[in-house]
Amino acid sequence: MATVDLKDVRKVYAGGVEAVKGVSIAIPDKALCVLVGPSGCGKSTLLRMIAGLETISAGTCSIDGKVVNAVGPTERDIAMVFQNYALYPHMKVYDNMAYGLRNRGMPKDEVDKRVRTTAKTLELEHLLERRPRELSGGQRQRVAMGRAIVRNPKVFLFDEPLSNLDAKLRGQMRVEIKSLQRQLGVTSVYVTHDQLEAMTLADVLVVMNGGLVEQLGAPLDIYEKPASTFVASFIGAPPMNLLPLRGGQLVDAVTLPEIAGNAATIGFRPEDCEVGADGAVSGDGLRLMARVEGVEPVGAESFLYCAAGGGKIVVRVAGRTEVLVGDQLPIFARREKLHFFGSDGKRV
Amino acid sequence: MAEPKALVPASGHDKLMIGQSIAGIYVAHAILILGIVIVAFPIYYTFVASTHSLQTILRPPLPLLPGDRFVENYYEALFGGVGRIGGVSVATLLVNTTIVALGIAIGKIVISILSAYAIVFFRFPFRMVFFWLIFITLMLPVEVRILPTYKVMVDLGLIDTYTGLILPLIASATATLLFRQFFLTIPGELVEAARVDGAGPWRFFKDILLPLSRTNIAALFVILFIYGWTQYLWPLLVTNRNDMNTIVIALKKMISFADADTEWHLVMVTSMLAIVPPILVVVLMQRWFVRGLVDTEK
Ligand SMILES: Nc1ncnc2c1ncn2[C@@H]1O[C@H](COP(=O)(O)OP(=O)(O)O)[C@@H](O)[C@H]1O
Ligand SMILES: [Mg+2]
Repeated sequence: MATVDLKDVRKVYAGGVEAVKGVSIAIPDKALCVLVGPSGCGKSTLLRMIAGLETISAGTCSIDGKVVNAVGPTERDIAMVFQNYALYPHMKVYDNMAYGLRNRGMPKDEVDKRVRTTAKTLELEHLLERRPRELSGGQRQRVAMGRAIVRNPKVFLFDEPLSNLDAKLRGQMRVEIKSLQRQLGVTSVYVTHDQLEAMTLADVLVVMNGGLVEQLGAPLDIYEKPASTFVASFIGAPPMNLLPLRGGQLVDAVTLPEIAGNAATIGFRPEDCEVGADGAVSGDGLRLMARVEGVEPVGAESFLYCAAGGGKIVVRVAGRTEVLVGDQLPIFARREKLHFFGSDGKRV
Repeated sequence: MAEPKALVPASGHDKLMIGQSIAGIYVAHAILILGIVIVAFPIYYTFVASTHSLQTILRPPLPLLPGDRFVENYYEALFGGVGRIGGVSVATLLVNTTIVALGIAIGKIVISILSAYAIVFFRFPFRMVFFWLIFITLMLPVEVRILPTYKVMVDLGLIDTYTGLILPLIASATATLLFRQFFLTIPGELVEAARVDGAGPWRFFKDILLPLSRTNIAALFVILFIYGWTQYLWPLLVTNRNDMNTIVIALKKMISFADADTEWHLVMVTSMLAIVPPILVVVLMQRWFVRGLVDTEK
C-alpha cells in the first residue's frame, strides 16, 4: 500500500554530530527493509526521521510518493515498535492498543472490534485486562506489536524490537514478525545490529556504517558479494576470513591463484574452507598451512580457530572433528569462493 | 497479649532476620513505643485538658485522665463561643483554614506541574533562564520577601481576602523541581510512542503524564496541605478581621496575657479541633497513595 523513498537524507544534530551523511533508499511496496550496522552508525536516527520524530536536515523522505519532511508523526500514518516497548504503564493492554485509535476519533465499537481482532491474531486475548507490569518480556513485546498492527498504518517501523528478549524467544518472534509482515503486507523498516536477524528478515538489506550506506541489496546477494571488507566482516557468523596481501603475495600460502587487480586483502568464508592436503582436494584455489589454536565443537558443526597467512582465520567443518590444538592443517578455498578487496577496502 | 503479634514482622515472614534475637526485638519495640509515648503524650494531655473545666485546669496538678466536661466544652467551642474569638465560631475558623490550606496545596500543585511540564517537554527560547529564575525563588521564602509582598497585597486591595491569604504562598520552586525530576525519569520512548499514537501536548499531559504523577501529587498534597494549615506569619499580617482568621491565628488571639482571663479549656478544645483535619488528610491520602504505589510499581 505504500512505498518509502529516501533521497540523499542527512541528519546533523544540534551539537554538530552528523549522524546520517546522505542516504538514499527506495523501499518497494510491501517490502521489509532491514537497516543493519554497528551501534552508533545512525540506524535509529534514520528510522526516527522516517517516523517524523526527528527533523530531516537535508534531502527528502517520501511515503507513498508524497514528501513528508514537514509532516508530523501523527499524520504520517506510521506505527513504531520501540526497543523498550514504551507501553503506557498505567493503561491496561486493551487501552494501550486502543489509545492511538481513540486519539484519531474512531468510534468506540470500531475500536473494540479492531483491538479484539488484533489481540486474537497475536494471541493476546487473555491479557487484555492486564497492565504492562503484569506481563513477561515476551508478552510486552507482543503488546507493542499489537499496538502497531491495530492501527493498520501505511508503514511499520521497528527499532531493535527483539533485543531485550532471550535468544530462544528472539528466534520465535523473528519468524512470527516475518510471517505477520507477509500476511499484512505492510511496508516495513526494521533496525537491528544483529546480522542473523537482518539476513533472515530482510527483503531489502541495507548495511550501514558511519552514517552511510555500505551496501544495499538482497541479503544473499550481499552475503555472496560483499561490497567492502566492512560488509564482509559484518555479515555472516563467524565473519569472513580476511588476510592481508603484500605485493600480491600471501605469507604461508602454498599456492595462490591469480590475484584480481591490485587487491590488498583476500577473503574467504569459514564455510568455504576445505580441509585436506593436495591429493584430497583438487582444483584451482588458495592453499595454505594453518596452525590450530582452538577447537569449538557445536554439535552439527565445529569451528577451528587457526593462525595462518599472517593473520587469524576460522574454519568451519561439518559434524565432529578429530583435529587437536597445535595441529598443522592444510586449508583449501576454491578460486570462485575467494573475495578480493582493494587498499580502500572496496571489492575488486 | 500483644507479644505473639509483636514478634511477627509486618511483611508476614515468621523468620527472624540473620543476627536478630528475640531480646533484640523486644528492645527495639520498647524504644519505638517509648518514642511514640514521648511524641503523643502532649497531644493526649491537650485532649485531657479539653475535657476538664477551667477551674480544674487552673488548679494544678492537672489530672492524667479525661474529665467529664467533654460534651459541654466541645459544644461551647463549636456553637456557643460568641465574643471569645471576636464573635467567630470555631466552625468558621475551620472553614477559613481549610480553604486556605486547600488553595495553597492545589494551587501549588497545578502551577508547579504545569511549569515543570513546560520546562521538561518543550523547547522554547530562554528555557534555561526560566528554569533558573524558578530555581532562584527557592532562596526567597515568604519571610524574606514579606514587606514587598504585603505592600503589593495592600495596593491590590487583597487584605482580608482568601486570595490575599493564598496567592503569595502559591509560587513554589520546590514542587516544580520535584515534578521536573520525576518528568526527567519518563523515558523518551514513551513520549515518542504517544506522539506516534496521535497524542498532542494536551492529551499527553492529561492521559499519560497526570496518571503517572498520581503518587507524586498525592504525596505533595499531604505535605502542602499541612504547610498551608500551619501557616502563621503571613495570615497574621494579611488578616485584620476576625472572621477571616485561620485557626492558628485565632488560637493565638484566644490566649490573653493574664492567665486567669484565658479560657484554657476552650483553647484546648480548639487545639484538638485544629489537629483533626491534617490528620484526616494524612490518613485518607495515605491509603490513596498506597493504592497508587501498588498500581504503578508492584
Ligand atoms: N539526540 C541526539 N543528539 C546528538 N547526537 C545524537 C543524538 N542521537 C544520536 N546521536 C548520535 O548520532 C549517532 C547515531 O546514533 P543512532 O542513530 O542512535 O545510532 P544507532 O541506532 O545506529 O546505534 C551517534 O553517534 C549518536 O551519538
Ligand atoms: Mg539505535
